[in-house]
Amino acid sequence: MTHDVTRRAPSRREKQAPAGRRRRSGRRFSRRDILVVAAMLAIPVLGDIAFIWGPAVVSIALSLFKWSGIGGLHARNCIAGGLFPDNGCFTGLGNYHEAATNYPPFWPAVQHNLIWLGVFVFIATPLGMFFAVLIDTGLRGSRVYQTVLFLPVMLSLALIGIIWEFFYSPNYGLINTVTGHNTNANLIDWLGDPSLNLWAVLVEASWRQAGYVMVLYLAGLKAVDANLKEAARIDGANAWQTFWRVTFPSMMPMNIVVAVVTVIESLRAFDLVYITNKGTNGLELLSALVTSNIVGETSRIGFGSAIGVVLLVISLVPISAFLYQMFVRKEAR
Amino acid sequence: MKRTPSNEDFQFSRRDALRGLAVTAGLVTVPGALAACSSSTSSSSSSSASTSSAGAGSSSASAATSGGTISFGSNYSDPAPKQAFAALVANAKQSTSVNITVNTVDHNTFQNDITSYLQGTPDDLATWFAGYRMQYFAAQGLLAPIDDVWDKIGTNFSDAVKSLCKGTDGHYYFVPIYNYPWVVFYNKSTFTQKGYTVPATWDDLMTLVKKMKSDGLIPFGFADKDQWPALGLFDILNMRINGFDYHIKLMHNQASYTDPQVTAVFTQWAELLPYMQSGAAGRIWQDGVKVLEAKQAGMMFQGTNQIGAQYVTDGKGLSDLGFFPFPAINPTYGQDYIDAPMDGFILPAKAKNKDAAKQVLEYIGSGAAEASYLKYDQWDVAVATGAQVPTYNSIQTASVQAMANLKGVAQFGDRDTAPPMATALETAILKFIANPATSGIKPMQASLASQAKSIFG
Repeated sequence: MTHDVTRRAPSRREKQAPAGRRRRSGRRFSRRDILVVAAMLAIPVLGDIAFIWGPAVVSIALSLFKWSGIGGLHARNCIAGGLFPDNGCFTGLGNYHEAATNYPPFWPAVQHNLIWLGVFVFIATPLGMFFAVLIDTGLRGSRVYQTVLFLPVMLSLALIGIIWEFFYSPNYGLINTVTGHNTNANLIDWLGDPSLNLWAVLVEASWRQAGYVMVLYLAGLKAVDANLKEAARIDGANAWQTFWRVTFPSMMPMNIVVAVVTVIESLRAFDLVYITNKGTNGLELLSALVTSNIVGETSRIGFGSAIGVVLLVISLVPISAFLYQMFVRKEAR
Repeated sequence: MKRTPSNEDFQFSRRDALRGLAVTAGLVTVPGALAACSSSTSSSSSSSASTSSAGAGSSSASAATSGGTISFGSNYSDPAPKQAFAALVANAKQSTSVNITVNTVDHNTFQNDITSYLQGTPDDLATWFAGYRMQYFAAQGLLAPIDDVWDKIGTNFSDAVKSLCKGTDGHYYFVPIYNYPWVVFYNKSTFTQKGYTVPATWDDLMTLVKKMKSDGLIPFGFADKDQWPALGLFDILNMRINGFDYHIKLMHNQASYTDPQVTAVFTQWAELLPYMQSGAAGRIWQDGVKVLEAKQAGMMFQGTNQIGAQYVTDGKGLSDLGFFPFPAINPTYGQDYIDAPMDGFILPAKAKNKDAAKQVLEYIGSGAAEASYLKYDQWDVAVATGAQVPTYNSIQTASVQAMANLKGVAQFGDRDTAPPMATALETAILKFIANPATSGIKPMQASLASQAKSIFG
């Protein structure tokens, strides 16, 4: 999707006029056209319903029950006090109430998701843009820097988590060994100390995110007309002014892509915390709480679904804002 | 940039709308799919399973005479247990003339999938754990009772073992193969060198840890990154202070986490905590064992199954490794109880060839079968009464002695209670380790009690 935009950006302007004329001339659709259009609409819509809205709606329904994944669902209310948890009974909004009031990891998870988003928006992404701009100036060895900074993007997040564990390990890790904090008296427990580990993992995440944004942004920068920058330079603008007044505004489509990628990457954050400690002890994230309740023997499927729905609602906020912006701005023009 | 006619705007917005939709799709899938995937797999697999089990009746009837073939689902995926399991299966084939195919699955994956596995198309036999963790699935009707097997093998086992193999309905659902105790490990050379003696009581223990600390040792190696190791310490403190019956009541939601007994456990723990290795939350237990091996730590509380294997993996001789049961705290209970997790086998209710599977279980429920397994497994011990295992090493021999005169055996914190409750307790303990202030104990108990109410309710 993102590559599409960058590659097509210049060609769009060239092909616009003839395409418009052609469309206006062929007003009537034949029967075959209508069938083709109907099929092209129906298949994605069905796929959308089956794989996206269907599961989402099922999740919402499941979130109203207490269910271990064994047996069926019943309309009766839950009964307390057995040796085994009651199963398949209706709790209404009980799961949501439990999550908000009686589930210690819930509020830390919400907070950590927001911190994650904040670090990506204010640190990792600007850093990636900065790298891109630096490399785009063509400084010596820029290809080497480009490769080095892009390398983390080619690794899976799970692998990144494992690699960084070697750095962070308390007694045997690189960081503590080099800084001399590997004796038990002055140990720094990077991934175990709940006040440190979120930041330690955010370093891992930013390490990758910066490279990712850099590559996206670099592609956008290459597409910016060099004449614009040259003109700005001739008019006496310095590098800072050239970027903010000329380059940045002319890259609006790419800026939006980067913004969207940043939000997506921070809301879907999961792999790193799961690899590190399954999303517990200071690394709670909503996505990790969903899996920890649903996958495995814990099997609180209704409860996990409720947390999934909360994540869905949170995700809808930036999505709605983005769509609203897109549509409203176009209509207003 | 010049503004182009409205046509471009139309196209632009359509493209953006499509892009927006793709984004929406991507985001919605995350929570939606996470929440819905496991439920949909389990429900779809259960529907497919009902058809297969309907067709299974005929095959099991024909199997009774000829022995037949069964598949055996195994989570013994590490090299040593895998080899031991292969030996057991080979002997079972020979003695029962049932043909057995083994289906090995990584043990974490196996445990994570157990709910859908048992409801789907399970193997004819599967590896599992004794106690509540088995009783839970038996109560859901996912395991087949095997009372007829126990009619034949019952004499091989003590009453304590038998009760762990029964469901809450009194029927048998489990045949054990081995267990292993949770005890305090130490390096014999360190104790001789520094003149330490094995502590029998809490006071002895506190004297010892103070001495170790002044000698520059970490008294207790401690690692809790996986979160379950610390449950072992909770269990043993609870059993030492409040006894076995109370511990099981608490695990089974028949006592409350707000009880003063639980306060006593955490208060006692807080006394020991300054002598336990710091940074436990970020350390895996394998690294904890390394600290013990390197003689930087004086002791470590863990299962023999874990410590022994790690010790040998790192090329150390076993001769220096010793252990003792956790010291007595409350004289009423002394050292009468211990955590000794017991592993074994279940017969899924949806197994296709139950008769042949029961023949195999009959063989496994014998001292000879356990010995054939333990020939390759050097850390666990047989549970059959009077099993002769000539291949025992020093740790195994000591394990047998340590468990010979017990009055009660618990399984483990995550095997004796509902899994979500074990998770809640693990989370609370991690927090307690990071901040053991006495003011935090009461609020933690209140939170645990209200979570227990919600989980069991």
